[in-house]
Amino acid sequence: MADHETRPDGAAAALLDIRDLKIEATVYPPGEDPHDVTIVDGVSLMLEKGKVLGLIGESGAGKSTIGLSPMGYGRGGVRITGGQVLVNGRDILKVGTRGLRKLRGREVCYVAQSAAAAFNPAHKLMDQVVESALQHGVATRAEAEEKAVALFRKLSLPDPESIGSRYPHQVSGGQLQRVMTAMALCPEPDLIVFDEPTTALDVTTQIDVLAAIKDAIRDTGVAALYITHDLAVVAQVSDEIMVLRHGKTVESGKTEQIIHAPREDYTRQLVSVREIVHKEKEQSGAPVLSVNNVTASYSGDVDVLKNISVDIYPGQTLAVVGESGSGKSTLARAITGLLPPREGNVMFAGRALSPRLAERTKDDLRELQMIYQMADVAMNPRQTVGTIIGRPLEFYFGMRGAERDKRVAELLDKIEMGEGFLDRYPAELSGGQKQRVCIARALAARPNLIICDEVTSALDPLVANGILKLLLELQAQEEVAYLFITHDLATVRSIADSIAVMYRGEVVRYGPKSQVLKPPFDDYTDLLLSSVPEMEIGWLEKAIAGRKMESAGN
Amino acid sequence: MDSPILRLIAQRVALGILLLFAVSVLIFVGTQILPGDVAQSILGNQATPQALANLREELGLNDPAYIRYFKWLGGILTGDLGTALTSGQDIATSLGGRLQNTLFLAFWAAVVSIPLAVSLGLIAVRYRNGPVDKAISGFALASTSLPEFFIGYLLVYFFAVKLQWFPGISTVYDGMPFLDRMKAIALPATALTLVVLAHMMRMTRAAILNVMQSAYIETAELKGLSAFDIIRKHAFPNAIAPIINVVMLNLAFLVVGVVVVEVIFVYPGMGQYLVDHVAKRDVPVVQAVGLIFAAVYISLNIIADIAAIVANPRLRHPK
Repeated sequence: MADHETRPDGAAAALLDIRDLKIEATVYPPGEDPHDVTIVDGVSLMLEKGKVLGLIGESGAGKSTIGLSPMGYGRGGVRITGGQVLVNGRDILKVGTRGLRKLRGREVCYVAQSAAAAFNPAHKLMDQVVESALQHGVATRAEAEEKAVALFRKLSLPDPESIGSRYPHQVSGGQLQRVMTAMALCPEPDLIVFDEPTTALDVTTQIDVLAAIKDAIRDTGVAALYITHDLAVVAQVSDEIMVLRHGKTVESGKTEQIIHAPREDYTRQLVSVREIVHKEKEQSGAPVLSVNNVTASYSGDVDVLKNISVDIYPGQTLAVVGESGSGKSTLARAITGLLPPREGNVMFAGRALSPRLAERTKDDLRELQMIYQMADVAMNPRQTVGTIIGRPLEFYFGMRGAERDKRVAELLDKIEMGEGFLDRYPAELSGGQKQRVCIARALAARPNLIICDEVTSALDPLVANGILKLLLELQAQEEVAYLFITHDLATVRSIADSIAVMYRGEVVRYGPKSQVLKPPFDDYTDLLLSSVPEMEIGWLEKAIAGRKMESAGN
Repeated sequence: MDSPILRLIAQRVALGILLLFAVSVLIFVGTQILPGDVAQSILGNQATPQALANLREELGLNDPAYIRYFKWLGGILTGDLGTALTSGQDIATSLGGRLQNTLFLAFWAAVVSIPLAVSLGLIAVRYRNGPVDKAISGFALASTSLPEFFIGYLLVYFFAVKLQWFPGISTVYDGMPFLDRMKAIALPATALTLVVLAHMMRMTRAAILNVMQSAYIETAELKGLSAFDIIRKHAFPNAIAPIINVVMLNLAFLVVGVVVVEVIFVYPGMGQYLVDHVAKRDVPVVQAVGLIFAAVYISLNIIADIAAIVANPRLRHPK
């Protein structure tokens, strides 16, 4: 505990000093009276000039809410109801609306998770980047624009001189995120709040943005609160880390201590979350699904899939990895018949599947099920869990009444949810539970193959881990094969038996997991593998230095 | 940068012209099925069958319908709207002045109502759900709920009869001094403003509120901008397309829907002219006025579409 900060009395040396913060919100749950819930309870933290504090936790831990408190901002009816938030020595909860407006965009700036949504589509980037500096009279327009161009250059944006005259939709996601960082740095604030700035990006783009942010923080000497759910990411940029859960501090300390010697159980779980050991199965017998030389396109002129051939063996998992736009989900659409291929065919258990969905038999449909990334939009919000899982039983097997109910109960049991959930609606379930219900619905059809499209991407690491474990167990019990689409290589390691790496519509590397993940690598696979953040201080610099090719998002 | 946006605009204009032709057919057919006989209504009940037959021949009423349609259409395309059956005057000449009067009235009603409606909408958003918002909405809804003839008579009663500020009958004539003209149209313009105000105000409010949910509004708030600046600079530009749409609909109403107000104030505009000639079964006049109304309506909607296209930065500046 020797290195732990003790709060100096009175004299505020710290830039940001949050004491005993309490934040509440009124919730309106369906079927209940509205009531107040405490989102953040008794959190204290301190940040010195030029330091970076990482806030980490799963969704609902209150990290964004805490992150916005130095700006006196509560999202969607959230209220700060207790404690003190001192910025540069004054309690900003007492300065009123006018005082807050002077602080926001001047002393404290914000970088949002989705820059694509956070930029106004109607204005040029430059106008938005210099807006706070002009608003607060920090600089004249010419000075501010000059500074912005310098920042664009520092953040290694292409065409720093002219990128400001573009509109947000004309710039890629990774670039927008860096422009947003420039926008936060432009008025020379004392503190920047980064709210999951790389979460929405591809892994190969994330590393560039992360490096750019890290350099910018170092060179400008700005302090930062860095919010994320990915411990490996935050370990690269933070001096200290605070772990949050259910709105309370679990533990906080130096980055090194948190990732190498966590004190609390929960932190230990977060640190070890990626480690599912999955032994690769031998490929045996005939493949359950063969994709043969499939080429497909949406409009006709550009091929989104180019001559794809992969096999999936019974009871095994083929992971398809690649960044967004590589054609992973299009492959799933071609297999399911939603996008009939222009060339090639899809064989299922020895017979050719009709290219068009409408021409497939009911049994073809039953054998091939899908689970989606967004569980909540993949379910009818007006049906109960029982109805949702029971529907395929009625449709494919004609089950009715007690027989169906018994099977629904069995399935609920398989996904580790009790019969108590039968009458619940999707809105009453957590993200992980929703995904479990989708899994049960897919299993109800007794398929031979389930296509899992980014099924864990929208979930917190620990919850995602639970889903992966469940999928592996179910595979062992039911002998079902998975086509597992993901951009996350850690997930691939945990679940795959064979891997296909996709890049711009082509399979660039394909084979059993042990071979695909064994050097020597082709350039793209190398980039992909080396871009996955590791729980190790200094990984970022090493990874950037060792790269063989630029990421596609640049 | 020009190809997609120009193509879209050309598409809209072409569609508009096509639609106008379709409407001309409808108007023509519609006036043909109207009961009654023009010759009969001109000559009255005492006319001899021979006189009726002669007049029909003279007016070309015995030709097949499609020939009369193409004659009519050809005339319109060359600027000849035909002759009024009842007065024998050239329709284009007598319509010209009246169209100008109607546009004059509509113009001033628009000049007052559009900025007023949009600013009231902005203010309502700024103080949303508060007393100011409720007062604005209440006033606007009340003025819309009252039928226009009722508003017209209320205005006449208070401002013309009681206070005697403005004339109750809005007579205008050629060469009338501008200020007198303005004074004459003050009451009908006010009545029209009150009728269209609420619709535009409510739509402005709804369109901006919709945009206020966006993440970039939060960005603007976190830059320390004031509430009005956020609405003006960040919300309004993104709400412009639906606002233009509703403004154009109301502009169209100001030109086309003024019939009742013009009749109440005895204003010599298109509406009055139309009503007079419908009563007299003067088919060529009804057709001409109908077509002009349709043209105004369609062109204002085309303008709204084009404005919405131009307001969209994604179309204006493609990747």
